[in-house]
Amino acid sequence: MNAIAGIESRPPVLSNHVLQVRDLRVELPGQIDVLSGVTFSLERGEILGLVGESGSGKTTLATALLAHARRGARIVGGQVEVSGRSLLALAGEELRRARGSLIGYVAQDPATALNPALRIGSLLRETLSAHQVELDSAAQQQRIVETLRDVGLPDDAEFLRRFPHQLSGGQQQRVMLALAFVLRPALIVLDEPTTALDVTTQAHILVTLRRLCKSLGVAAVYVSHDLAVVKDLVDRVMVMYAGRIVEVAQREVLFRQPGHPYTWGLLAAIPDVAQRRDLEAIAGYAPAPGERPQGCAFAPRCPRRVAACSVLEPQLQDLSSTQRVACLVPHFQALELLGQACVLPVIETLARAPLLEIRELNMAYDRQVLFDVSLRVAAGECLALVGESGSGKTSLARAVAGLGENAEGQLRYAGMPLSLASRKRDGAQRHQIQYIFQNPYRALNPRQTVYQTLSAPLEHFFNIKGAAARERVEAVLKRVSLPTSVAGLYPHSLSGGERQRVAIARALVCEPKLLICDEITSALDVSVQASTLALLRQLQGEGLTLLFVTHDLGVVRAIADRVLVLKLGRVVEQGAVDQVLDLPQAAYTRTLLENSPTLR
Amino acid sequence: MTDSRYSRWQLWLAQSQSRKGALITLAVVALALLGPWLAPHSPTQMLGSVYGAPVGAAVLGYDFLGHDVLSRLLSGGVSVLWMSVAAASIALFTGSTLGLLAGFSRRRLDQLITWLADVSLAFPDLILVLLIVSMLGRAPWLIVLTVAIAFTPGVIRLARGSAVTVAGQEFVEAAQMMGYPRRRILFKEILPNILTPLLVHFGNMLTWGVGMLSGLSYLGYGVAPPTADWGLMINENQAGLLVQPWAVLAPAILIGIFAYGTNILAEGIGRSRSRIGEKQP
Repeated sequence: MNAIAGIESRPPVLSNHVLQVRDLRVELPGQIDVLSGVTFSLERGEILGLVGESGSGKTTLATALLAHARRGARIVGGQVEVSGRSLLALAGEELRRARGSLIGYVAQDPATALNPALRIGSLLRETLSAHQVELDSAAQQQRIVETLRDVGLPDDAEFLRRFPHQLSGGQQQRVMLALAFVLRPALIVLDEPTTALDVTTQAHILVTLRRLCKSLGVAAVYVSHDLAVVKDLVDRVMVMYAGRIVEVAQREVLFRQPGHPYTWGLLAAIPDVAQRRDLEAIAGYAPAPGERPQGCAFAPRCPRRVAACSVLEPQLQDLSSTQRVACLVPHFQALELLGQACVLPVIETLARAPLLEIRELNMAYDRQVLFDVSLRVAAGECLALVGESGSGKTSLARAVAGLGENAEGQLRYAGMPLSLASRKRDGAQRHQIQYIFQNPYRALNPRQTVYQTLSAPLEHFFNIKGAAARERVEAVLKRVSLPTSVAGLYPHSLSGGERQRVAIARALVCEPKLLICDEITSALDVSVQASTLALLRQLQGEGLTLLFVTHDLGVVRAIADRVLVLKLGRVVEQGAVDQVLDLPQAAYTRTLLENSPTLR
Repeated sequence: MTDSRYSRWQLWLAQSQSRKGALITLAVVALALLGPWLAPHSPTQMLGSVYGAPVGAAVLGYDFLGHDVLSRLLSGGVSVLWMSVAAASIALFTGSTLGLLAGFSRRRLDQLITWLADVSLAFPDLILVLLIVSMLGRAPWLIVLTVAIAFTPGVIRLARGSAVTVAGQEFVEAAQMMGYPRRRILFKEILPNILTPLLVHFGNMLTWGVGMLSGLSYLGYGVAPPTADWGLMINENQAGLLVQPWAVLAPAILIGIFAYGTNILAEGIGRSRSRIGEKQP
């Protein structure tokens, strides 16, 4: 028997199921369920994608598989069996041994998950010796070298002596994979392991992961909020909503013919890099734990709702042999995502007078991040700045906003010179150029109500106070589709999408002409992203000019008129969106396009 | 505005710790304020034998000159309490202003302020205070000022450290981009976000202030005899500690209770304020 056949053949096991989960239930104090009635199983080498928006309970489920619940929550019922051992019955030392050797875990952010004080070699040796004392040192070394090679890392002694901070984000995540696989577990749980990584790095990690799971026969649960990411990786997809499984299906079936309206909505909300189409956001918000409506939790947001939906909670039932759906009126036809019907009027952008002009912008911190970047943004267009982390796209946007330090070059705004320091700009320039930050959780002052945040610029720029200010604030809240009651709330009682809307409202209240958006949807769920993009599109229709910074080419296709690709601080390609994305000229753009997750 | 402020009080008092702390602190303050009227005798009237044991007429006995200990205890709280509150307040105000300026500017001003704070931190507090008081005299306002000076560098350090992390956040950058005046950014955007550690520190300073003022009185640099003062009482009566312990123990216990009260009050406020920014589950 040759070596490859040895890998392919599976050793006989009594039950083929590596993981059996039955009726799992996790509660918050006061018998509020965050997870309920979760039943599923996994076979050897099978990869399951666990998909849902924030608050759907997917991370709670992922950690519950390790018999762990976050603070305040408790696993109150059900069974988790890994390789025939009931995990929830274990405690103390036995549980510690089971975690790691039976079931591995890879966290979202490798930068904080790796102990910065330990070298890579020590991390791996420590992990091994904590679980498998019987390996002698030669065998241990052999195992480490093999695993490093498996995950695509160098295995020389020099690499083993490095510290985590000396590695790139992708390498760090590979080290996390190595730490999980070095113990040869039966199951591995991955919690959004590539969310913090670039598309190219992400694509490489996903390929490595699939190869490892298949060759070593390790089952995997891959948690993600993005269906497009899991598409090529997984064998089956499980969609969660409000702490329940709403759909489980084979990958091909789910993407071709999703049964549950929620899955349908998620797929329709994902911007596709291959074609521009109208993104449909799911209306409303997911219920918080403890506020689940009677009957189907998705019913209030569901376009296919019937009377029975708000009475009876639907159970998972077979739609076909490969698809189970918890819905009274599931879809039976294939999902067709239509391209945008009306082609946008072709704007001769460059013929028009530019609103913003950048000439030979250079910028350096401890190293140079921008090299002679020149660009023009025409009034009323949306220009997308695209690049991976380290490409300088955020530095460029910040320089335009007047937040960049050590920038040199010429800016012209509406025909007038524009200073690179916001302090030296006049009032008109300040209120006409607005910047929206990436992280909605840090962009709003936590100690100010939404009204205070929104009325301050009014008083500052236009000297509007009192009743007139309240009127304006209410008008701008309506414009970003928020209820006016939000004005009295502090940011902590808003969701991420709502906060980002408030941040957009803060920019809008200044009556801007140029809106700089720095990755503003990257922290948001896909359906929230869809509605935010629709809002920006609408604002652009009202005459606003957008400079949109993103790493997501799907978003570019959905919103931008023109695109500019940055690599390591230099412009490698620019042009109309359809032209650049359909017929990329630069090799770098092609790589980006190939590695972007897509639905087709 | 008013209802948000109202809810803030509610939030503070929702913590059982801050309720308990407020109650204890208030009780000691009330005792100190109302004491002079409740005192059965004048604090400077010599009534009994030197170090006389407690009897019916003097529940806590007599001190080294034959004063009634209870009367001196009831009259001697005001001075030490107002002085420590005043010193801590001055230190909080100047220290947080300087710290905010330093933490936000991050340039030469920052270096200057930090350097000054570091230099004065190098002096032990009590020595610094003793130095100033022995040179300039022992007027109450001077003592308050010197204690405040001794406390300020610590506040600067704390305020600067907290301000640096807040100043790097996007909402401060947004305010800078809008071109808000610096005063507004410092006191409206940053200060509310660093108030929690500052308030906790204020509680600690009250405690240290009482300790330091008592210590000064004990060393003979604080309030001059024959005025009644808790710190002074400990100093005066230490010789008779074994004969008549109450003359020392009673003021010491009250100082301890006050310190405990202000500390858990500050702790409770700190806990409830840290809840405001928290994401609700």
